Amino acid sequence: MVKPQKKRSLVDKVRKSKTSAEIKNNPFEVKINRKKFEVLGRKSKHDVGLPGVSRSKAINKRKDTLLKEHQNKHKSNKFIDRRFGEYDTNMDPEDKILERFSMERQKQHDKKDMFNLNEEEELTHYGQSLAEMEKFNDLMDSDSEPDEKGLLSAELTRSHFGGGGGLLRKKTGDDKGGAPRAKSRQELIEELIQKSKLQKRERQVQKEETFELTEKLDKDWKSIQALLANKPSKAQRDELQPEKPKAQLDEYDMMVRELGFEMKAAPSEKLKTPEELAREERERLQRLEADRLRRMLGDAVESAPKAPAHLSADDLNDGFILDKDDQKALSYKDGKWLSGEGEDKGDEGDDEGEDEEGEGEEEEEEEEDDGEGVAMGDDDEDGDEDDDEEADSHSDLDSEQESGEEAEIMEKEEEEEEEEEAAPGVILTEEELKAQQEAAKSELPYTFTAPENQGEFVALLKGHSPEHQCVILARTQKCNHPSLAVGNKLKLQKLFGFLLEYMGDLASSSPPELNTIDKLIPQLYDMGQMFPDAASKALRSVLADASHGMEEDLEGSGGSPFPTLDMLVYLKVVALLFPTSDYRHPVTTPALLFICQILSKCPVTSLQDVTSGLVLCCLALEYVSLSKRLLPELLNFLCGILHLAVSDKTSTGYSVVPPFRHAGKHSHLLLLSEPQSSATWINHTLPLALTQHLELTDNLHRDHHRMTCLFTCLDLVKHCCWLYKDSASFTALFQPIHTLLSKHLLLQTHPEVLQELIIEILAAIDCSPRHHNPLVFEKQKPIPLRMFTPKIVEVLDYGKRRGNTKEQKESERTKHKYKKEFKGALREIRKDNRFMAREKLQETMSRDSERKRKVKELYGSLGTQEGEWKALRRRKK
Amino acid sequence: MAPAKKRNVCSKTTSANAAKKAKIDPSLQVKQIIDSRKNANDVFDVLECLQSEKEKEVISAINACCNLFVALLERKDLFIGKLIDEEAMLTGEHNAQDKYSMFMRHRYNDCVETLLEHLVHKSYGVKECSLVALMRLASAEGQNPLEDLDWSEHVSFPRTLILGVVGRLLSKAEDNTMLISRFTEYLEMVDVRFYVMSSVRENVGSVMVKSKGEVMPVYQNNVFTLVSSIIMPSQESELTNFMVKQKDKHSEWKAAKLNEHKRSFERMWLGFLKNKLPSNMYKKILVILHDSILPNMSNPTLMIDFLTAAYDVGGAISLLALNGLFILIHHHNLDYPDFYKKLYNLLEPSVFHVKYRARFFHLANLFLSSTHLPVYLVAAFAKRLARLALTAPPESLLMVLPFIYNLIRRHPSCRVLIHRPTTADESCEDPYLMDEEDPILSHALESSLWEIKTLQSHYHPDVTRVALKINKPLSVPEEDIDELLEITNFELMERDLKATKNVPLEFEPAKKLLQGGGGILGQHFCLE
Repeated sequence: MVKPQKKRSLVDKVRKSKTSAEIKNNPFEVKINRKKFEVLGRKSKHDVGLPGVSRSKAINKRKDTLLKEHQNKHKSNKFIDRRFGEYDTNMDPEDKILERFSMERQKQHDKKDMFNLNEEEELTHYGQSLAEMEKFNDLMDSDSEPDEKGLLSAELTRSHFGGGGGLLRKKTGDDKGGAPRAKSRQELIEELIQKSKLQKRERQVQKEETFELTEKLDKDWKSIQALLANKPSKAQRDELQPEKPKAQLDEYDMMVRELGFEMKAAPSEKLKTPEELAREERERLQRLEADRLRRMLGDAVESAPKAPAHLSADDLNDGFILDKDDQKALSYKDGKWLSGEGEDKGDEGDDEGEDEEGEGEEEEEEEEDDGEGVAMGDDDEDGDEDDDEEADSHSDLDSEQESGEEAEIMEKEEEEEEEEEAAPGVILTEEELKAQQEAAKSELPYTFTAPENQGEFVALLKGHSPEHQCVILARTQKCNHPSLAVGNKLKLQKLFGFLLEYMGDLASSSPPELNTIDKLIPQLYDMGQMFPDAASKALRSVLADASHGMEEDLEGSGGSPFPTLDMLVYLKVVALLFPTSDYRHPVTTPALLFICQILSKCPVTSLQDVTSGLVLCCLALEYVSLSKRLLPELLNFLCGILHLAVSDKTSTGYSVVPPFRHAGKHSHLLLLSEPQSSATWINHTLPLALTQHLELTDNLHRDHHRMTCLFTCLDLVKHCCWLYKDSASFTALFQPIHTLLSKHLLLQTHPEVLQELIIEILAAIDCSPRHHNPLVFEKQKPIPLRMFTPKIVEVLDYGKRRGNTKEQKESERTKHKYKKEFKGALREIRKDNRFMAREKLQETMSRDSERKRKVKELYGSLGTQEGEWKALRRRKK
Repeated sequence: MAPAKKRNVCSKTTSANAAKKAKIDPSLQVKQIIDSRKNANDVFDVLECLQSEKEKEVISAINACCNLFVALLERKDLFIGKLIDEEAMLTGEHNAQDKYSMFMRHRYNDCVETLLEHLVHKSYGVKECSLVALMRLASAEGQNPLEDLDWSEHVSFPRTLILGVVGRLLSKAEDNTMLISRFTEYLEMVDVRFYVMSSVRENVGSVMVKSKGEVMPVYQNNVFTLVSSIIMPSQESELTNFMVKQKDKHSEWKAAKLNEHKRSFERMWLGFLKNKLPSNMYKKILVILHDSILPNMSNPTLMIDFLTAAYDVGGAISLLALNGLFILIHHHNLDYPDFYKKLYNLLEPSVFHVKYRARFFHLANLFLSSTHLPVYLVAAFAKRLARLALTAPPESLLMVLPFIYNLIRRHPSCRVLIHRPTTADESCEDPYLMDEEDPILSHALESSLWEIKTLQSHYHPDVTRVALKINKPLSVPEEDIDELLEITNFELMERDLKATKNVPLEFEPAKKLLQGGGGILGQHFCLE
């Protein structure tokens, strides 16, 4: 039964000897684990198994462990390996051997050698006894030579030819020298020391030589480098100017960069033809209009506003200094323009011109001459600074001239300035400005300090004609342009507030100076463009105050008077400065709300109120003229105004909305007192001042005013009809007005113009489309049907369960691990058992066979004994 | 002791000694009168001072009189029982003590008379002072009754005095608001309140009979001021503050029972309200009706007549009457025919502009919150509100649009108003009849809310935003109307003014004042 075991071990040996690749390629060894289906992207480790290999591995392992244990069972004495570090897995086997060796030696040394003089330690080299070596030198030689070859480098051979590099080398050399025996051991050692010293020195020398050579090479390279590039290298500069290498370096870098960024002589922009200018202007306006439409629809309210900077072309009144700014920005692009301007100026201007010429030259030179470029670059900067200074001094000049020079000179100077300003501009304003200058020929100071409060501001403008006031404002703006000093921006922002308040004062003075306001509007607009925030803030505070006042009035007495003319002017100014068509605008939306509030809350008690109300209606219509938004209050008010002209108040069929009443104290305001007065009535535009002081002495004038108001009102109704004609409930909106006009307002006595207007309106209302489609919701994206295709969810971490908390995941993982381990352990135990059973069987079988053999032997011996005995007996016989 | 003679002497000397008497301090005299009966005749001087022209004198005299008679009442020096007139007293046989007390009782009556006269004095100081004095006297009289109580079952209370005071307070010619508000502090006393209520009822009854149902604004205003300042207790245990303490008959006393109070309160109000009232009075009453009148009545359903009448008046008064009616319908099982029809007809363009808008829509929301209402009715309401919204100011629109949406949400069959896919391509004229009073016949259910479509181009961005909601199916949860009820125009404005982000500018350069916006202003108006 020993055979199979032997066989197996043989097989194992064979297997071990075979490389794993061979085993893997052997189809009899390989078991392929067939998969049910392929999973893309998954790499499987277990597609191929080597059951034979793994089984033999497992059996071997069991033999080493389990079988040993089994064999040692019930045995009290054990074999314990007490060798040093036998059970220490951390140690390297080599270390173990070394340690063991040293311990062995120590043991020997300690124990017996104290008195054992004969046994000397044997000297070894590379594990061989030196004595032996000495004995068999020749033999050694032939062996060692190929080994030593590796130790000798070419250099060493060259520099130390003939000498022994190492101990062995020396030996061989000596051997070859041929006096091996003559030298004693002592000599040999001395020689050895000498040699090593020599070697050391040589090595040192060699090192120095190498260093020198390197140095020399570097030097050579530097000389060649200069030839390779004509730029002065960094090293060269270092050598040339070793005093302050650091500073030079920075400057150099700076210069290189400067040159890199410097504009090369670029072609200047060609002058634009008038057609091009016009086209650009049209494009700009188209862009702005598109922007306005977008804001009106309100879909992107948050996006960037129109930058006032775009308006530079129109910004004529932005002041002289602003142009200077532009000039600076343009200076690199537009050399021609700059130099032209330089010549225009006086002495300083000439200087500047020279500078600029120099600059032009520099630009050409800079490409070739680097060193000079540094200095020139500095010059360039200086030049710029000069520029600034000149600008400053120029403006200073303005103020100096104020003190005493003749007016004509100043006039000239100003004209020049104006020309400069007008250069990119529109001709119309230029003319305007010139006209203003002519008007300003009377002594007006040329600089103004920005007023600090309203009183100062009024004092500044008081007593001047409107044109002069404009000039004063323009000059104040120029003198205090934000680019001149830090606080100027704030001052000008204040100036806007003052101007606004001043306009209010003008409007509320009696008689109101509306023409002056009219003249000042461009100034206000420009300042608004410059400081949108300040402008909106000022107007918003005006609106807030007004609405607050009205709120208080309403809470107090239940009625509020119509706003005064200054408020009307402010409301108009809002529409001029800000776009009224925006979906939501921080100024115009509250302004429109305020107008509507007035129209729906302020009771109409006099003809003056009617006039004010009509002005507000006009304003409201202007606000929505582009956006065509619905203004219920406007229609209510117009209907109410028409109701004032109805003679028979008992009629129904329409209803008036507060503040109007069906019948009451003031419900006959627009009824004509004398029918014949209509004959003399002529339509004319009403002065705005009438909203403040309406003094109508006799009935005739009153009737005329009534008819004018009625005309205005009807015209506004016509506008409304036109504005809302596309609205879905047009008929419902105009039903009260329609009923009123067609049935109750009998204007037989009124002039024909009015009657025609009424017929026109009625026709417009009647011919409006009355049929509408019923309302339906907007078409929505249909909700897709439920599909039966699998829902594909992107899984980023394969094999991991998702959707649980961390703890749950952890516990699940542990459970899974436990299960796996449990199964594995079970399998191992089964295998162990199987192995043990097999071993035991083998044991018994081998025991049995042994016994059989012995029995056989015994039988055999007994048989021979018996035979011998029988033979003996036979012989005896 | 000849009072008549003395008085004659007095009247003669009055003119002569006017200056001298003016200097006499009434309080000193009163002291003397109280100290000794010999000085009893000085009481004429004091009473004389009451008639003085000078305000200061009158006030000091009032105080003095008050002190005097309070002291006398406490000493029981005034005659108790049925008083015989002075002539009879002179002739009759009475002992000196009786005569004195009778004399003083007569003077007391004179004094009270004068003080009541002073309640319509032109100076407020005098009025107030007399009122205080009268109430002190009333209190003293209540403690020491002047009537002989042995034979009557009645509890002692100076009813006549209170009646007199109330009668003067409810002046027909003068607005007594100030004095009445001073009087309200006495109304905190339970018994005073009780008797004032009955006195008011008597007074109103008699005055109104005389005026034959004519409107008397000043008088009615006074009555309202007095009546509305009566604060009723809610529990019987609160009835603790009495002016007159009743010792033995307390438990039987009407003034100590809450039910009696309520009945009296109710009778007073009904008596007041059954007469014709000025319209602003209607509003005032209706405003306080639901929380200070109805809960304190013993039988609130009696108010139905008044409320129905008010509901039929129309306009704001009808709106206000709704509240009271609602309480009656809701808590007291009142059946009101055609309630919704009337409510429907209350919807006028002015509802969005009146002061009581929030209250009205709050109630309308309550009335229409039932999901059992017929669809035609709800549709009619929605359509009518939408039509009226065309004339409404933005703050109302922000409220009424969600209101309409809520109606449609509650009644999904009303969704056809904003979504009618079946006839989407057939254009039609609006079948809704605005002038029809009956919601059944208004054809609202066949219509669509084109008005809201129109409002999508309203000038105020918030309104536009809300109106745009009908383009998509409405979200399921209802919006809370109550928050939107109180929005004011001013708030809207503040909200808009706050937004301070970047400000877009007009790109068209302004050259003149009257340019821009289609030049409508310049077309009709000029600068000069």
